[in-house]
Amino acid sequence: MAKATNKARILALLKRNARISAQEIADRLNITVEKANSIIKELETEGTVRGYTALISPEQETGTRAIIEVQIQPERDAGFDNIAQRICKFDEVVSAYLVSGRYDLHLEVVGNSLQDVAHFVASKLSTQPGVKSCATLFLLKKYKESGIEMDKEEGHERLKISM
Amino acid sequence: MNVSRSQCNRKNVEKKLSSAAQARPRVAPHIAVLPKSGIRDFFDLVNTMEGVISLGIGEPDFVAPWKIREATIYSLQRGYTHYTSNLGDLKLRQAICKYFQKRFGGKYNPNTECIVTVGVSEGLDIAARAVLSPGDEVLYHEPCYVSYAPTVSMAHGVPVPVLTSAKHDFVVQVKDLEKAVTPKTKVLMLNYPNNPTGAGMTWEDKKKVAEFAIKHDLLVFSDEIYDELAYAERSPSIATLPGMHDRTIVFNGFSKAFAMTGFRIAYAVGPHDLIDAMMKIHQYSMLCAPGLSQYAATEALNNCDEEREAMREEYEQRRNVIVKGFNDMGLKCFMPRGAFYVFPCIQSTGMTSMEFATKLLEEEHVALIPGSAFGTSGEGFVRCSYATAMDEIQEALVHIRAFLKRHKCI
Repeated sequence: MAKATNKARILALLKRNARISAQEIADRLNITVEKANSIIKELETEGTVRGYTALISPEQETGTRAIIEVQIQPERDAGFDNIAQRICKFDEVVSAYLVSGRYDLHLEVVGNSLQDVAHFVASKLSTQPGVKSCATLFLLKKYKESGIEMDKEEGHERLKISM
Repeated sequence: MNVSRSQCNRKNVEKKLSSAAQARPRVAPHIAVLPKSGIRDFFDLVNTMEGVISLGIGEPDFVAPWKIREATIYSLQRGYTHYTSNLGDLKLRQAICKYFQKRFGGKYNPNTECIVTVGVSEGLDIAARAVLSPGDEVLYHEPCYVSYAPTVSMAHGVPVPVLTSAKHDFVVQVKDLEKAVTPKTKVLMLNYPNNPTGAGMTWEDKKKVAEFAIKHDLLVFSDEIYDELAYAERSPSIATLPGMHDRTIVFNGFSKAFAMTGFRIAYAVGPHDLIDAMMKIHQYSMLCAPGLSQYAATEALNNCDEEREAMREEYEQRRNVIVKGFNDMGLKCFMPRGAFYVFPCIQSTGMTSMEFATKLLEEEHVALIPGSAFGTSGEGFVRCSYATAMDEIQEALVHIRAFLKRHKCI
């Protein structure tokens, strides 16, 4: 197996915990803090790392979330991109993916209430030129996000000391 | 029948039995002389304390990957609750031989050269019993895992320690082996990557030791349980060197690489005659390794390369942190080549390793294992496991530094 580069390692560490200190990264990878900082900077400036965000527990999360499956009439030359980019400008849209299958855009939308989301879909989204149809799936419960399970596994006991 | 006469007879028999018992010990002498783990008191002390940060644990902190646990549950659902072949389920043996060739380089026939055991400990036990006659000598390097010498003694062999030192990063030296070998020596036991030191053998080291084994016509028991946790460049098993296949039994398993200690599942590969002899003992004493664990192990080999690699990567990074931590506070330790232990030298504190461990536990609630527990050559060192979450490692290092300051060692 090819050995991972320090850059790939740092990216993996940041994906697991974006708040990891440069000192810990340096100690883990046996490099200097300066080197760790410069690689992080590089990841940020080249656009590999676009931002850092917090994962919020479902209980603390306010608002109503929905997945919206959008069918689109693609444009000549631009395909889906122009329409997708225009849709992404709405603050209500927190994530957006072009997908294969029976619809085209997979959006995650957040609003203050069910009505709020419904209003957004009816008045803003479905009225966009090129949007053929929208199916709204309200999220009922979050089990896992970005690799983190919301309900932690119960702790497991290990012997305190063993050979 | 005359009742009173029968009672009288019984009394005589009881009397005879009790005097025989006095003359003849109930526990076999070769078992009676086995030392109980020398640090049982220390273990008891650790277990009674609350809030201990432990660097003294010799097993992964990861839970077995979900794929493995799920496969185990599925095997139960399908009703796989029966005996398997004595040697182990053929599918597992096939997977083992394929995996072994890919990862460690040796070629073995799953039908005749592979046996599934209940941990490497059972493998070593039945191998020792299979090859040793009373009085046969077995060379093993120290400091080492605590079971080696007793395993040899229980098989009526004579364990002969060969000391290793920090000067050679705890790699056994042929010149020391040459001093210890006698015409009675039958087996050389190896364990690299090593518990407790984290030492590893390079390809060159393996060649030298193989030459020695061939020169003296020794069998080699190579316990390679930590071989998947190698951080320096990897080299094939010693069994792959010319002339070694027929004299080497390689022991490996799932506990460390796949975090499956509780499954108690491992294997041995080696020449047919030796595996066959081991199988005889295994079939009469164990019958077969637990079926559930065998299905879990098959899943581990077939589908868990990524999970294994992710754990290895995390251990490697923790190793870097802990080695730097100890060296920064003046407790010298070399960069381990494998396993999940560091073995810092604590001679500069003027304490014995047992004093160091006990005081550190009492004053800072940090547990580690005195090196002397692994043989006399471990004195002056302590074993710290980094199979512990990073924040605990970092907290432990802070406490150890405070401890050293308090005792004016830094």
